[in-house]
Amino acid sequence: MSHLSRADVARLAALARIDMNDADLDRLSGQIDAIVDAVALVSEVANQDVPATSHPIPMSNVHRVDEVRPSLAQADALAAAPEAEDGRFRVPRILGEEA
Amino acid sequence: MTDWTRASALEMSAALRAGTVTSVELVQAHLDRIAGVDGAVHAFLHVNTEDALAVAASVDADRAAGVDLPLLAGVPIAIKDILVTKGMPTTAGSKILEGWMPPYDATVTSKIRQARMPILGKTNMDEFAMGSSTEHSAYGPTHNPWDLDRIPGGSGGGSAASLAAWEAPLAIGSDTGGSIRQPAAVTGTVGVKPTYGGVSRYGAIALASSLDQLGPCARTVADTAALHEVMGGHDVMDATSLDQPVPSCLDAARDGATNGLKGVRVGVVKELGGDGYQAGVKQRFEEALDHLRAAGAEIVEVSCPSFVYAMGAYYVILPSEASSNLAKFDSVRFGLRVERDTIEQTMGATRAEGFGDEVKRRLVLGTYALSAGYRDAYYGSAQKVRTLIQRDFVAAFEKADVLVSPTTPTTPFKLGERVDDPVAMYLNDIATIPANLAGIPGMSLPSGVAPEDGLPVGFQILAPAHEDARLYRIGAALEKALVAEWGGSLASMAPELEVTR
Repeated sequence: MSHLSRADVARLAALARIDMNDADLDRLSGQIDAIVDAVALVSEVANQDVPATSHPIPMSNVHRVDEVRPSLAQADALAAAPEAEDGRFRVPRILGEEA
Repeated sequence: MTDWTRASALEMSAALRAGTVTSVELVQAHLDRIAGVDGAVHAFLHVNTEDALAVAASVDADRAAGVDLPLLAGVPIAIKDILVTKGMPTTAGSKILEGWMPPYDATVTSKIRQARMPILGKTNMDEFAMGSSTEHSAYGPTHNPWDLDRIPGGSGGGSAASLAAWEAPLAIGSDTGGSIRQPAAVTGTVGVKPTYGGVSRYGAIALASSLDQLGPCARTVADTAALHEVMGGHDVMDATSLDQPVPSCLDAARDGATNGLKGVRVGVVKELGGDGYQAGVKQRFEEALDHLRAAGAEIVEVSCPSFVYAMGAYYVILPSEASSNLAKFDSVRFGLRVERDTIEQTMGATRAEGFGDEVKRRLVLGTYALSAGYRDAYYGSAQKVRTLIQRDFVAAFEKADVLVSPTTPTTPFKLGERVDDPVAMYLNDIATIPANLAGIPGMSLPSGVAPEDGLPVGFQILAPAHEDARLYRIGAALEKALVAEWGGSLASMAPELEVTR
């Protein structure tokens, strides 16, 4: 049974910010659809009245002492950046043509 | 002359304390072994030669000066490339982090350094720990020392292979669905996934945060126990870290090996066996049960009917969490950047170039499972399955103190055999996944080789949450019986690797 079309995979890849060309979609769409098919069994329990577990060992209100401690120096934080300027991370422009 | 690479970590520790060997000699012996065999095995992505020798020399100097040192001081260790290590490159097996030098140490890295253990290097893994064979590493697969044409398991195939190839006596792994236990099983070594929260995840590059757990890998149960005690403990830097004492793993291992298993109830999980399990795997499993019986344990059968949903739930939860965790690889703060006109185009191009196919498959899958209209059917259902599986475990642990199964359905398959068939690859982890979904601890230890192919078979032990010590008690008792039967450790029966100079 097909769950995801090639167009669905293209749309989801765009949402996940992964460029996919035709060759990628040819290779990956069928595999991804097969995985969805293999996991679809879980939807059998969708309507069962069972509480959800998001975290295996229940814990709540985990705090640590609010105290000043050493942290990364600015130079260390920027050292691995692809590009930095004036003590900040530098990125390509964030707005489109019309801006 | 003694070949120190063949000794256990605790034997090395005793020899260091007795003054019959120095840490520099131990580290050099392992570096020589790595130089001789790692061209064929490819367990290491980075070898930390100078720093390891410097740490060894400082330990030797302190020992000579009479300084009180930790148990494993001077004993070398390999670290899976998922842990950040200051001064050593960290890639998590991905091209997107090629050459990245982390600006800080993971908590477990700090603990290794505080324990004064020289770090031999960083071990290979499937990209971001997504895989069961290391074939999804961007830097090429690791080869199983038992048969170089076969997979070493994954994602921690590098750590497990380094042990089986005598390149390291101890290694760190991480286990999200079996990435410590399955490689241990197929390489004839030992590995433990602790109770969720038992070891800090701070500085471990996250795959699926509600499933990931770091753990110890070694060739013997007692060595694994000693490393577990070094790694474990509460850490304020990890909000899911358990605020409890570290379990007494080494004492439990000694107890099991010395006093047997009288009064211990061992539950065989009906659903983790039978059809789909290789004949030789089943045979070695049954023989291990006989050994446990002979040691005084009572064997009972338990049923966990919800396990039928485990694989599906796992491959919904893991990709969902991964799709969020891997959003940080956006070309801004670290790692690869493939420059385009705008930041969004740059992100899309960078992630296309930097991620391999398995990562792309899972990120698309996670994005789907969390999308409007599908969230309840997939992610919501998977979380309900987690509850059902936890209930199955609670019921099973009323009848038994530990649960057991084969670790994997088969012995290691050939490299390339399943790399383009994700669903077949996922079936490797069918017996290990339930423990991660429930947060309970698990161990794999060798139970012999399958008669039909001469390749290692793993025996899995599961215990209730917080009862990690039980794994070591039962594991040590079984190991003692098996080693007595074999006349030596399973690792020592692997074919000799050709050493190149």
